[in-house]
Amino acid sequence: MSGITRRKALGVAAGGAAGLVAAGAAHAAVQQAEPPAHGAQGATAAPGSFDEVYKGRRIQGGRTHDGGHGGGHHGGHGAGYTVRIDGEELHVMRNADGTWISVINHYEPQATPKALARAAVTELQGAALVPLALG
Amino acid sequence: MTVRKNQAQLTADEKRRFVNALLALKRNGQYDSFVTTHNAFIMSDTDNGDRVGHRSPSFLPWHRRFLIQFERALQSVDPSVALPYWDWTADRTTVSSLWAADFLGGTGRARDGQVMDGPFAAASGGWTVNVRVDGRTFLRRALGSGGRQLPTKAEVESVLAMPAYDAPPWNSSSDGFRNHLEGWRGVNLHNRVHVWVGGQMATGVSPNDPVFWLHHAFIDRLWSEWQRRHPDSPYLPAAGTPHVVDLRDTMRPWNDVTPADMLDHRPYYTYDTAA
Ligand SMILES: [Cu+2]
Ligand SMILES: [Cu+2]
Repeated sequence: MSGITRRKALGVAAGGAAGLVAAGAAHAAVQQAEPPAHGAQGATAAPGSFDEVYKGRRIQGGRTHDGGHGGGHHGGHGAGYTVRIDGEELHVMRNADGTWISVINHYEPQATPKALARAAVTELQGAALVPLALG
Repeated sequence: MTVRKNQAQLTADEKRRFVNALLALKRNGQYDSFVTTHNAFIMSDTDNGDRVGHRSPSFLPWHRRFLIQFERALQSVDPSVALPYWDWTADRTTVSSLWAADFLGGTGRARDGQVMDGPFAAASGGWTVNVRVDGRTFLRRALGSGGRQLPTKAEVESVLAMPAYDAPPWNSSSDGFRNHLEGWRGVNLHNRVHVWVGGQMATGVSPNDPVFWLHHAFIDRLWSEWQRRHPDSPYLPAAGTPHVVDLRDTMRPWNDVTPADMLDHRPYYTYDTAA
C-alpha cells in the first residue's frame, strides 16, 4: 500500500465524511453519524457505535456490555469499547486525552475508534487479525 | 566492558557480529520471548490503571532494564557485541547505511510492505515473525511513508531543555521530559520514530524489527544526556503514587529492580562519546 493511500486514510481520520469524499475512498459504503471525540466531552463520553464496510472489510465498534476489563484475559482497555474487523476483535485503548490507539497502530493516536479501525484496515492490507492470545 | 556505539560508526565486522547474534537469538527462541514480553506490557499499560513499561515515569528505567537484558542475551552468543544506537536526528533518510543490505536491510516493497533485502528479509529464512498481531509472517517496513519526517536535532534539544522529569498525572497527558521524549505530547520524539519506520515497528509487537533496539538505545542515551544537563532534577514520583512505579518501587516483570537502580547506566555500559 502506498504512503499516499495511508495518508488518505489519515485524512479521513482528521476530516470525517468530507475528508472521505475528498480522498475518493468510495469503498466506505456506509457512513454513520458519529459524535466528535474532541471537544467538551471528548475525554469522558464513550463514542457512538459504528458498523460499515471499509476497503472491503467490515469494521464495527460499540460499547461492550460485559464491563470491558472483565471481558476475558484479552483486557479491553477502551473503557468498555470493542472494535472488530471482520468479526475479530482489535485490541484498542483509550488515551487520557480521549484519543485512541490499537495494537496495529500503537504509537499514533486517532481521534475516534472508527478512525482507528480504518487505520488498522489500511495497515493490514488485507491480512487477517490474529485472535488476541498474548500476554 | 560494554561500549554502546553509534550505529553509523560500526565496522563491517561489528555489524556482522551484531546481525549474527540477533539471528542466533531468533533461532533459539529467546528473541521472540522479548517480543512477547514487550507486547504484554504495551497492551496492559493504561493511563488510568497500572502502568510500567509505557505512558508512565518508568518508561525510561523499564526500557533501560529491558535493553540490558537483551544485550546480555546477545553477549551470551558473542561477548564482543554491544547494542548500537541510532541517532535518527543525524541518520534521517532511507538511504542511511543503517538500512543497507549488510546491516538491517531497507524499506518494504509497495505491494505488501515486505522487506526484500538484508539478513531479516523473509527470503533469508532466518526471520519469521512468530509473535504477531495479524496473519503476516514477514518483516515489514514503510520508512518515511506519507512524507513523515524523523525528529530534528532542534526538536530533541527542546525536549532535553525541560527541567522536570515527569509530572502528575504520570501518564500520556503529562507535562515534563519523560512524556515529551516518549511522544504522547508535544513535538513527539520516540512515538514518531516507531511510526516513521512503519510495519511491525508501528505495532505492539515492535521488537520484531531489530531497529527497535537501536531506537531505544538512542532514547536511553537521551535520558543520560538529560541527566547530565539537569543534575538536580530527580526521577519522579518519589513515593506513594497509585498505579505508578515510584523511585524505589520494583518493576514488573523482574520484581527485583527499581528505577533508582537504573538511574546510572555506567555500571552496565558506557557510550562511545559523552552522552
Ligand atoms: Cu516499549
Ligand atoms: Cu518504543
